[in-house]
Amino acid sequence: MSESLGTDTVSGSQSQGTFGAGGAGVTASPAPPRAAARRRGRARMRLEITLLSGPAIIMFLAFVIFPVAVAAYYGFYRWHGYGPATDWVGLNNYKLIFTDPAFQQVLWHNLLIVVLSLVIQGPLAIIMALLLNQKMRGRGLIRVLIFVPYVISEVIVGTGWSLMLQANGAMNDLLGHIGLGALQSDWLADPNLALWTLMAIISWKYIGFAVILMLAGLQSIPDEIYEAAAIDGASFWQMQRRITVPLLGPTIRIWAFLSIIGSLQLFDLVYIIWGQYVSGTAGTSTMAIYMVAQGRDAGNYGYGSAVAVVMFLISLVVALIYQRFVLRRDLRGAVTEGTV
Amino acid sequence: MAAASSTRVWTPAGRNRDRRRQKEQWGNPVTYFIALIFIAVCIAPVLYLVLGGFRTNSQITTSPAGLPHPWVLSNYTGILKSSTFWGEFANSTVVALVSSVGIVALGLMVSFVIARYDFKLKGAMYSLFAAGLMFPLVIAITPLYIVIKDLGLIDNLFGIIIPQIAFGLPTTVIILVPFLRAIPKEIEEAAALDGASRLGFFARMVLPLSLPGVVTTGILAFIGSWNNYVLPLYVINSQRNFTLPLGVQQFSSQYSTDTAKVLAFTSLAMLPALIFFSIFQKRIVGGLTGAVKG
Repeated sequence: MSESLGTDTVSGSQSQGTFGAGGAGVTASPAPPRAAARRRGRARMRLEITLLSGPAIIMFLAFVIFPVAVAAYYGFYRWHGYGPATDWVGLNNYKLIFTDPAFQQVLWHNLLIVVLSLVIQGPLAIIMALLLNQKMRGRGLIRVLIFVPYVISEVIVGTGWSLMLQANGAMNDLLGHIGLGALQSDWLADPNLALWTLMAIISWKYIGFAVILMLAGLQSIPDEIYEAAAIDGASFWQMQRRITVPLLGPTIRIWAFLSIIGSLQLFDLVYIIWGQYVSGTAGTSTMAIYMVAQGRDAGNYGYGSAVAVVMFLISLVVALIYQRFVLRRDLRGAVTEGTV
Repeated sequence: MAAASSTRVWTPAGRNRDRRRQKEQWGNPVTYFIALIFIAVCIAPVLYLVLGGFRTNSQITTSPAGLPHPWVLSNYTGILKSSTFWGEFANSTVVALVSSVGIVALGLMVSFVIARYDFKLKGAMYSLFAAGLMFPLVIAITPLYIVIKDLGLIDNLFGIIIPQIAFGLPTTVIILVPFLRAIPKEIEEAAALDGASRLGFFARMVLPLSLPGVVTTGILAFIGSWNNYVLPLYVINSQRNFTLPLGVQQFSSQYSTDTAKVLAFTSLAMLPALIFFSIFQKRIVGGLTGAVKG
């Protein structure tokens, strides 16, 4: 694998051995010494490239690229995970996926989660970053504390929130204490509420990352621009709108891309809080939940593989469209419309 | 640095004049107030978990949102005495350490090639890893499970470690390549004049110079591994190989009626990642800044 990657780089540098011998006896050929040295240098460079990049590329191909190929293969079979796959069903798995109302439902949930994540987290993260992007005491501490939820594992976040949001849990108790008893609800089980509850938890967990990323982007905007704008008589808010947000564009777009891909593969939180069966009735199940339930737990590895392929293709199409239309248009406004 | 004071009338003269001043100023009270609300929302649930571990179940039942009264230590001490917790802690530590070292070592090597060597497939190599950002672990988990099973690594910590290294490479390459590109050509030439080979340059100059990026990627890899749930869920079956996320899930279903115990267990399970993060938090922000600029 890595051989071909590493050594194809310099083609046609093989010596024309006088006796038709391959490149083995390079130095024996009556080539000028400088050329021989260059060849040796090239060979050495190729060896270095191979040695340095080989291990990473082999690992990556074997455990990232190859499994996707495996999924594509098994997606054509009805297969239960034991022995060789023999029960070829062609595109039938895919037909079943797209005609299954349950899949249409989880696809819809996923799209909602993608859009809501962008719309809720984006503006909030930009505003917080603008607010915190100044030299003031305690700034470091504020940043650390905002980032805390991002560092905690999804399992713990899910376990903690599901305890707090039980009908008789801390959230309802707190609302009762502060005179908002009217708002008490069944946060996790009410199908009209559960998806919003999930969005709140997602926003809580991931917004710290967005804020830190935006702050990092703000650091790279040079001061001189603001000085020039001030001379031109721009107000503070004009500067934010006309300078900061446009120049933050690349960062916003990177964040939005990561957020979209993350939303498409959401699994842990939903699985922990709702489990795969409750999530269906609560309206929070995602494509990944569907895949695990249909594939692993029902033992239909062929079908599960086909779902994996569908998920992968959706992510790929989204990523390609995104790169083609969003990342290309540099220095345009924010991804989310109407945020600025 | 864009100054952002939210309500005060903004004057250009006020900016940057204090650059040389050693002491940082207090910001605008409105800013602090908004930040305080934001932080409260971020931190309160975490505090609830930690404090809940110091309460009894009857306290939690009668007043779910209350504070510990009186404080009880038995939940925490009971877990800290249990071999289950420490076994899972040890597994998580081993997996996270080996994974991060592997990710950083392999990632640094391949990033060095992409950043400093000139050859035809360079762009393709970078694109390959960049594309890896679109293959999240969750999507690949079903076929990955099949691959791990065929390798005989089911219920083995290496069945988690090896795929984690592979899936951690894209982020590492994306962050490290700009770092390594930024090392001036002159340094490399100077090293060559002093008789250092490319590999010598890598070992003596690149490693120390790219340390900030290396630390950043290492921490991100460690935290990612520490919190990973899907992979252990598929790969690990027996209790003795559980990592902490699996342990939390199992503990919370086993003691589902004992909320205080569950809160204590989850608090202890998140503590290592939090401590680790607070030690290295400056590095993470610094590394992300470099990546965004690149």
